[in-house]
Amino acid sequence: MIDHAIDPVALARIQFAANISFHILFPTITIALGWVLLFFKLRFRATGDEKWMAAYGFWVKVFALSFAMGVVSGVTMSFQFGTNWPGYMNTVGNIAGPLLAYEVLTAFFLEATFLAVMLFGRDRVSERMHTLATLLVAGGTTLSAFWILALNSWMQTPAGFEMVNGQAHAMDWWEVVFNPSFPYRLAHMLLASGLTVAFLVAGLSAYQWLRGDRSPAVMAALRTGVYLGALLIPVQIAVGDLHGLNTLEHQPAKLAAMEGIWRTENGAPAVLFAVPNEAARRNDYEIAIPKLASLYLVHDLDGQVQGLDRFADHPPVRPVFYAFRVMVGVGLLMLLSSWLGAWQLMRRGEPARWLARGLVAMTFSGWVAVLAGWYVTEIGRQPWLVQGVLRTADAASATPAPLIGLSLSMYLALYLGLILAYVSVLFHLARRRKPVVAAADAPAVDEGVGA
Amino acid sequence: MNEWLPIVFAGLMGLSMLLYVVLDGYDLGVGILLRQADAAQKDVMIASIGPFWDANETWLVLGVGLLLVAFPAAHGIILGALYLPVAFMLVGLIVRGVAFDFRVKVHDEHKPFWNTAFHAGSLLAALSQGFMLGLYITGLEYDLAGVGFGIAIALCLVAGYTLLGAGWLIMKTEGDLRRRAIGWARRSLWFTGIGIVAVSLATPLVSPRIFEKWFALPNLFLLMPIPLLTALLFMACLQALVRLGRGTPQREWVPFAASIGMFVLAFAGLAYSIVPYLVIDRMTLWESAAAPESLRIMLFGAAVTLPAILAYSAYSYRVFWGKTSELNY
Repeated sequence: MIDHAIDPVALARIQFAANISFHILFPTITIALGWVLLFFKLRFRATGDEKWMAAYGFWVKVFALSFAMGVVSGVTMSFQFGTNWPGYMNTVGNIAGPLLAYEVLTAFFLEATFLAVMLFGRDRVSERMHTLATLLVAGGTTLSAFWILALNSWMQTPAGFEMVNGQAHAMDWWEVVFNPSFPYRLAHMLLASGLTVAFLVAGLSAYQWLRGDRSPAVMAALRTGVYLGALLIPVQIAVGDLHGLNTLEHQPAKLAAMEGIWRTENGAPAVLFAVPNEAARRNDYEIAIPKLASLYLVHDLDGQVQGLDRFADHPPVRPVFYAFRVMVGVGLLMLLSSWLGAWQLMRRGEPARWLARGLVAMTFSGWVAVLAGWYVTEIGRQPWLVQGVLRTADAASATPAPLIGLSLSMYLALYLGLILAYVSVLFHLARRRKPVVAAADAPAVDEGVGA
Repeated sequence: MNEWLPIVFAGLMGLSMLLYVVLDGYDLGVGILLRQADAAQKDVMIASIGPFWDANETWLVLGVGLLLVAFPAAHGIILGALYLPVAFMLVGLIVRGVAFDFRVKVHDEHKPFWNTAFHAGSLLAALSQGFMLGLYITGLEYDLAGVGFGIAIALCLVAGYTLLGAGWLIMKTEGDLRRRAIGWARRSLWFTGIGIVAVSLATPLVSPRIFEKWFALPNLFLLMPIPLLTALLFMACLQALVRLGRGTPQREWVPFAASIGMFVLAFAGLAYSIVPYLVIDRMTLWESAAAPESLRIMLFGAAVTLPAILAYSAYSYRVFWGKTSELNY
């Protein structure tokens, strides 16, 4: 047991999982928030209504903070690829390398440079240039998602390469990038980012509204958040379904674990809830709807669905099974709350107090769904690091356990502190927001020297 | 054609690292100096680097990224050996990177905490980088020589970064802060000078191969311009600081430019000592390079994007040219 507890492979995996989980939270926000900021800016230019710039002014602060959190945790990731997974780079570095390099070259510098213009340059560049800077930052965050999801999708459904002496060599870069699961995963992730931001904007605005701030800017942001959520969630459900069918085709073992299907059968049931029992290879306390899984997976009530019994290697079932249900559950809550909210806003121009409280509670619901979704897809790929090409255990580093343990505890303490600080600062910002004119009487340098 | 690809990538990686050290060097230096200033000056100091730090740090991501993707084998050895100092550097960079934002967004009573975090993070990052460089030069061994040399370079690099930071502040600020920055620059210039001499003497002693490369004839004479130019820049920097200290506000860029010059020369000397190795005495550029088809596609990307990156970086410096004023958003 003690041997197990200090297994360096397990520690390296925990460390990497902690880092990447912490990191993903912030790009998830900045990808879509960039476009929301552009929307505010364009609305302002179209209508001349100052409320849009007030909303921009508030949310650009949230963007800057989220961006900084993403940058610093991203720098960490760029080091850990090599230190925690040397076997990864040795085997598939020829594929992963260029994709990562393109991310840095096409996206990182663009975002970092024009974010400065966007934040600090309003008085120094033309209005048109400032809008262009906002567009470039939003485009940069999305481009960054493009490359990193291309790489992640390639690890799930590798294509366009051949193995020479145990190393992957690219044969066709187009096939590498546009591998079979990439379009689905990219769409799913971009929509997830949109939903995360929709509920963040709706939640913080509802919080301000509940505290008595009913200024036009708050109402505009609240409407933007709720309507965006209501608009995106049905699209996400449809795309998620297509993504699931794609997984069924290319990674059937992952899908069987998601669905909790142990035995291959015709007319497989849809398992709503269960406690998967890995030892006995069955579900305990199962609540299921007969034949439904066959219907939505193979579009035939008596269609055959492959169970986990078909695969010598399959992922651990419990985490995948539960995480999938968490993701879907949050998605349904999102559907319910955003549609109710949109209906109330359209009818009465404001939400009911109980619903506003619900929206506040769901401020970070996007994070929960995104993390759960990533656990489904990443744990669902195990025991492979690159499906069918490289096993996770073969990629781990030889770094001694105590070193990983020490750095892991440093990172964990830091990340926990930073998440708490981040969430509390967001609510603090929401509380202290003043009307637009107040910026002039605050000490100027004191107010705006962040990055 | 496949022979020169690793050389091109070593050049790109070196360029990224040099740009990183100079660019993030000045903003880390400003962070290290932060403790010396009063509250209002702290705000101006951080405002002076606000628009730049993020892009500056991206050069590190590119440099390490190129090491990882173009020379994966060397990356594994180097970063494996530097695992712990890398972790400390990252903690420093994380803390300081977020402190930028938190310090202006939190309750006023929490602001001093984030100022301290900004200072401590900058110092930790600089010390770790110097230590890693020292350890790298001595062959990545945690013996007495390696650790001692690492600590020595760590202190030198802190002095060098504060010199860059003070030079930056002389250009970007006015009044009392600028006057103090001149004093900081003079002090760090002396420490930097002592550091450069000590490191230049110690490096050949810890590596017989490097000794041979520098002191065999005619190399000694061909390489003389490097130390001579460094001494010249040192004198120019000192003279400019004395002149600025007397209150003549002309050519305020000289100390900053001269310190950049010293960094470039030190980098050139170091590069000469190391090439053709990537892991000193163990692994050459060619031995650790990635597959040619991967290098080619990256070279294509770099050829298209790097000029654009340099162009819009220059644009950004032009937008924020001149003395730091209020930065509102």
